[in-house]
Amino acid sequence: MKNFIEVQNAEMVFSTRKGRFHALREINLTVAKGEFVTLIGHSGCGKSTLMNLIAGLTVPSSGTLLCDNREIAAPSPERAVVFQNHSLLPWLTCFENVHLAVERVFGATEPKTRLKERTLAGLELVNMGHAANKRPHEISGGMKQRVGIARALAMEPKVLLLDEPFGALDALTRAHLQDELLKIVTRTRSTVVMVTHDVDEAVLLSDRIVMMTNGPAATIGEVLSVELERPRNRVALAEDTRYVHYRKEVLDFLYTRHGHVEKVAA
Amino acid sequence: MVSAVFHSPAQAKAAAMPSKSPARVGPAPAAPLPEPDKPSFDWHGLWLTVLPPVIGVTLLVGIWALLTMKSTSFPTPGATFIEAVKLFSDPFYSKGPNDQGIGWNILFSLERVAVGFGLAALVGIPMGFMIGRFNFLNNMVSPLISLLRPVSPLAWLPIGLLVFKAANPAAIWTIFICSIWPMIINTAVGVQRVPGDYLNVARVLNLSEWKVMTKILFPAVLPYMLTGVRLSVGTAWLVIVAAEMLTGGVGIGFWVWDEWNNLNVTHILIAIFVIGIVGLLLEWLLISIAKRFTYDDV
Repeated sequence: MKNFIEVQNAEMVFSTRKGRFHALREINLTVAKGEFVTLIGHSGCGKSTLMNLIAGLTVPSSGTLLCDNREIAAPSPERAVVFQNHSLLPWLTCFENVHLAVERVFGATEPKTRLKERTLAGLELVNMGHAANKRPHEISGGMKQRVGIARALAMEPKVLLLDEPFGALDALTRAHLQDELLKIVTRTRSTVVMVTHDVDEAVLLSDRIVMMTNGPAATIGEVLSVELERPRNRVALAEDTRYVHYRKEVLDFLYTRHGHVEKVAA
Repeated sequence: MVSAVFHSPAQAKAAAMPSKSPARVGPAPAAPLPEPDKPSFDWHGLWLTVLPPVIGVTLLVGIWALLTMKSTSFPTPGATFIEAVKLFSDPFYSKGPNDQGIGWNILFSLERVAVGFGLAALVGIPMGFMIGRFNFLNNMVSPLISLLRPVSPLAWLPIGLLVFKAANPAAIWTIFICSIWPMIINTAVGVQRVPGDYLNVARVLNLSEWKVMTKILFPAVLPYMLTGVRLSVGTAWLVIVAAEMLTGGVGIGFWVWDEWNNLNVTHILIAIFVIGIVGLLLEWLLISIAKRFTYDDV
């Protein structure tokens, strides 16, 4: 398969008040078109930093990042981001939040009625058509996150970047949204890079799980290919020996070989 | 209310029914009993909100009455009230430039405040945006602001008189310079505190500078800006009285000074109340505007 996203020897060094902080070193990663890749690691290991690099929100200290053979120099609507805290604009309705993105991407080429259709279709995709005229504070956390996903998907991005999108939700809502995300991704055949710290989420959703070592100077420790056929069903998989095996592999990496830094220090 | 206490739950339920049951005996209550399953008017809450302010005002008037009981120079609350009724029965008379109704005086003062404050908003809000957006400008201007902000309003008045050579523009100038600071500072702080996530959204969507301004920066800053506006109007109303005392003309501040020269203490007291009430109304007006534009985040 063709390499769609390429990260070559990326290094990230932040200069803070306390001095230089080496966040990421020697990151090499490729993501194929249509692939679902999860970045997993303990908090503070730099997975969000890597995500921001791919999004173009931050520029690497050294190394190269390519998307579709073009260098990633700045953020772009072709790499849509779903932020951890949804980041909907509170003064706009759900419709307007999604429309803002749609207008930016398709406004120059398509008539207004088509933009409206796209916006509504985006909301329908995440089953939020009923809340089009509500403001973010009028809907629940899970619904906000769905609108955030709708905003990202409505742009028809080449890559969907998800930064712990379900981290702030309760377990049931999270499971529900994971299932919906699986369906949507199957339908749209999006390339997805997702940051998570949830082992089950990673195994259930991913084609490959990228496990990161602990920071500072974190890097990719191991990459695990999850060869479970799709569509996946969480209930059936719970007893699947391969699923249990993959889960064990990730847990083993995270807790046996790369236990949390604070625990090591103690 | 007492009868409600003796109701058994079953009776209470029956009373709650819309049908007029004949089982209801005894003295009929004057007012319908508060029914448990129907939101009744919250008398207790109203009592708690109304009572304390009423007690406060009564206490003030009471102390005032006590202290002025035997005084010959200081008017009693009663005398002040009678005089106020007389004054407000004809607020818009005009007998020459130095003798006009209290309505005119208030309106002229409000006009000066509006012009001075409006100019300050016109200059201060864009300036606040620029200072908030560009760090260089912030570092450049903030020592100047720190230096000029604590200066008393009346110190600016001679400068105004010197430059404009007239009383009215000088008063407006004084209001302008005193009410501009809260707007600059609050707007700048608002711009600096726009959540980084919103700006990240703007960057990912690659929004144009105009869209960033209208869809993200302006709505995010608006609550801060309105706080600045509110503080500014308060300051402007404070300053106008002092400025008018010195410059003269028609206006509530001048009126206070004029009545002092006439030794009409009753009118001065009325003026104090009027100034307070107008200030209160301005504040209330701006708070209700600000409430409309405050968004519940999270």
